[in-house]
Amino acid sequence: MATVRINGQSRTIDGPDDTTLLWAIRDMAGLTGTKYGCGAGLCGACTVHVDGKAVRSCLSTVGEVAGKDVTTIEGLSADGNHPVQVAWREYNVPQCGFCQAGQIMQAAAILQEKPDLTDDEILEGMSGNICRCGCYERIVAAVRHVSTGS
Amino acid sequence: MLHYLEQAMSDAPKQRAPELEFTNVSRRSFLTIAATGFAVAAFTTQAGAFARYKTGGDFMPHGIRYDPKIFVSIDADGTVTIVAHRSEMGTGSRTSLPMVLADEMGADWSRVNIVQAEGDEPKYGNQDTDGSRSMRHHIQSMRQMGASVRHMLAQAAAKKWGVDAKSVTVGVHEVTSGGRKAGFGDLAADAMALDVPAFEDLTFRTEDQFRYIGKGNISITDLHDITTGKAVYGADVSLPGMKFAAIARPPAVGSKPIRYDATATFKVPGVEKVLGLQISNFPAKFAPLGGIAVIASNTDAAIKGRDALEIEWAEGPHSGYNSKAFTEEMRATAKKPGAVLRAEGDAKAAFDGAAKVFARDYSQAHMAHAMMEPPVAVANVANGKAEIWAPVQSPFGTRGDLAGALNMPIEDVTVNVTLLGGGFGRKSKCDFAIEAAQLSQRIGAPVKVQWTREDDIRHSFYHTTSVERIEVALDADNKVTGWRHNSVAPSILSTFAPDSGHQFFIESGMGHIDMPFDIPNISVENGAAMAHTRIGWFRSVSNIPRAWAVQSFVAELASEMGRDHKDLLMEMIGPDRLLDPPKQGFPENFWDYGEVYDEYPIDTARLKNVLAIAADKAGWGRDLPAGEGLGLAVHRSFVTYVATAARVKIVDGKITVPEMHMALDCGFAANPERIRSQMEGAAVMGMTAAMHSGITYENGAVTQSNFHDYPMIRSDNYPQKVHTHVVPHGFEVHASGVGEPGVPPVPPAIANAVFAATGKRLRDLPFGDTV
Repeated sequence: MATVRINGQSRTIDGPDDTTLLWAIRDMAGLTGTKYGCGAGLCGACTVHVDGKAVRSCLSTVGEVAGKDVTTIEGLSADGNHPVQVAWREYNVPQCGFCQAGQIMQAAAILQEKPDLTDDEILEGMSGNICRCGCYERIVAAVRHVSTGS
Repeated sequence: MLHYLEQAMSDAPKQRAPELEFTNVSRRSFLTIAATGFAVAAFTTQAGAFARYKTGGDFMPHGIRYDPKIFVSIDADGTVTIVAHRSEMGTGSRTSLPMVLADEMGADWSRVNIVQAEGDEPKYGNQDTDGSRSMRHHIQSMRQMGASVRHMLAQAAAKKWGVDAKSVTVGVHEVTSGGRKAGFGDLAADAMALDVPAFEDLTFRTEDQFRYIGKGNISITDLHDITTGKAVYGADVSLPGMKFAAIARPPAVGSKPIRYDATATFKVPGVEKVLGLQISNFPAKFAPLGGIAVIASNTDAAIKGRDALEIEWAEGPHSGYNSKAFTEEMRATAKKPGAVLRAEGDAKAAFDGAAKVFARDYSQAHMAHAMMEPPVAVANVANGKAEIWAPVQSPFGTRGDLAGALNMPIEDVTVNVTLLGGGFGRKSKCDFAIEAAQLSQRIGAPVKVQWTREDDIRHSFYHTTSVERIEVALDADNKVTGWRHNSVAPSILSTFAPDSGHQFFIESGMGHIDMPFDIPNISVENGAAMAHTRIGWFRSVSNIPRAWAVQSFVAELASEMGRDHKDLLMEMIGPDRLLDPPKQGFPENFWDYGEVYDEYPIDTARLKNVLAIAADKAGWGRDLPAGEGLGLAVHRSFVTYVATAARVKIVDGKITVPEMHMALDCGFAANPERIRSQMEGAAVMGMTAAMHSGITYENGAVTQSNFHDYPMIRSDNYPQKVHTHVVPHGFEVHASGVGEPGVPPVPPAIANAVFAATGKRLRDLPFGDTV
């Protein structure tokens, strides 16, 4: 049994400390915006923020994040209008949309760390997130837009 | 696809192009002025605005519905609700089809709600979302239903105001006459109570009156929910009392467990039950593979418990399947004569009399779809009813299969369609939904079955593996006088019927029989290859290996002759013409993507046009720096013409693609913005197929397991700029498919570019990302 703060709200997770954070978020906290894609940190669909940094929730446990701030896509912005979310809409990024919460969380985290990213930093920073539909060109354009305004 | 498989099993040899026949009205009546005295201003009987044509949609199970009362409702506050009856897996059909209806109707898109239909084909018509058919088959019915509602609204206003209907104008979400004005909501109840007008009595918008159709100015309906995490996919459904299941499936299809030990499984907190499931072997359609299921109180426990099972599997019927040996067998088979599917002229004489014969073969490994959302389904079977929530491409097919598997009447089964986190053909096969339903029936509680990525990659319905061998006969002037193409690949049909080793008419219709070159002597052949795993359709299907072979081969031939690739390709396609299937030796059961051939003929002018556009835009013929190269390919599939021009740049031995041009002719382009996104996505999936997508077998089991050994193109090396060039057409050039035809030309275009850059010829997919 661990207590985890998700999107500013303390939640008691009814499971052992080694419960995978992703499934605690989805099955126990009922926040389904964070997706399962690979379970091995290879695709980024499950990306959340832990104390502001992008983390693959499929590789984390609730024990590891006890006492820390976990932010999911639902908590990224109160009104759903984080600049990355807005840019995603402007560029009509998604196709199926399944990976996009992870993409947005990853983009928000790298932009938080360094607001003026070079193209190489964007490509590198987003390379852990797979989009099988192949929206990369628009993902990169949207991140670039938030980063540099272009 | 399913429909054609069922046809193939029942009457493949007798399959014929359907009769050209209009079910309700004659073509002539479309061209006459509507006979009603009721005209709606601004839509005055434009006969040319919409000449109806026949599509394969009418021959699909349950056909097409034209009744707006099924698809449209209008609330008193003016909110228009439109049913999306096709599954949304990323192509945008859930937005684009209602958009067509809304535009023709006069609805303001900001006041349109979309609701997803449950699986109910008797009500909605065909819902089998694959084959790049949604817009192709349904654009006409959407226009007709939109026009019907517009007329009904105008008629209701005329009656209400006691005015001549001719004085009524339907604007955007409102109806006016003189000084009178009413919103759609004000008229909704009266309008929707009227009889639906006949097609002949309708008027249609002309293209200059479209606000959304052809404009690409609206976003997908789920955009906000997707970007805020609110969109609901299969795994996002939760029911009270729901249990979570993960299943250990046989490593080789049909292998049975000899014994298992669940001691460690039961030590995982949250694990509740371990259940044995019946093992299946193909042909079994979409029957689950079987195995051992772990039921738990959450997904984490179910997966950990499943992974903790110790299982000893017996050798099964396919445990001898080894990809390396199998590919060599196919290669040997391809060199021998195969069953002849198309014979034109006298190929034997051409080869016997050839000055030279040039031959190459091209292979492809199996592929798994690896959509980002692995298979998942939620089921509740209770009180003699079954309700399922699942990301399925074929909701009514799923419903039928569930009814069979549960031994329940279909009326007692409900299939709710969530958003699909990618489909690519995998989610046409509903084994995962059957697993959930059978488990729910067995344990008496709602169940969610979650596939892990490893499950998805190891237990799919795989894209086939193949060897395509092409030989040409050349005369003394280096003119191609004979063509022989032997395709060897296990067939999708093996999933449905006892395997003959031979392909069936739809596989042969995908870039094999329909080869468009102007060569006098042609032999299209199919050598046998037996299936040893479940074979299914994957986006673009057999077009991928066919375009790979044919478009690589012509480039190789050009190089052999010292000719310019584009010039030779244009010359081989030959004069502008419509191919004449019977005259050109096509078999009687030639499959033109289920369409009536005369409505969607193979048009070499359109094929050459897209090739010319892609080549010109890419600057074909220009000098490039060392280590760079341009490559071309062109292919018609799903009755759409696509050419790709890829520019590659070799950076420290790594193949990169700085730029790609995709030129396509898909007839009337209903939603150019989503067409572009499909081409961008096809460039990426085509590059993944080219470089990475190889599923291989050892002793019947898949070697790969997750994205580390079955990699995807990522942002560190993707086609960085994809230019999409859509050939503009009016509505009279029938809208065709867009979801699939972008993929096939991409791998050969990249390989041809690699050859141009390095001189190294790649013939086996996947070819890796280094040279």
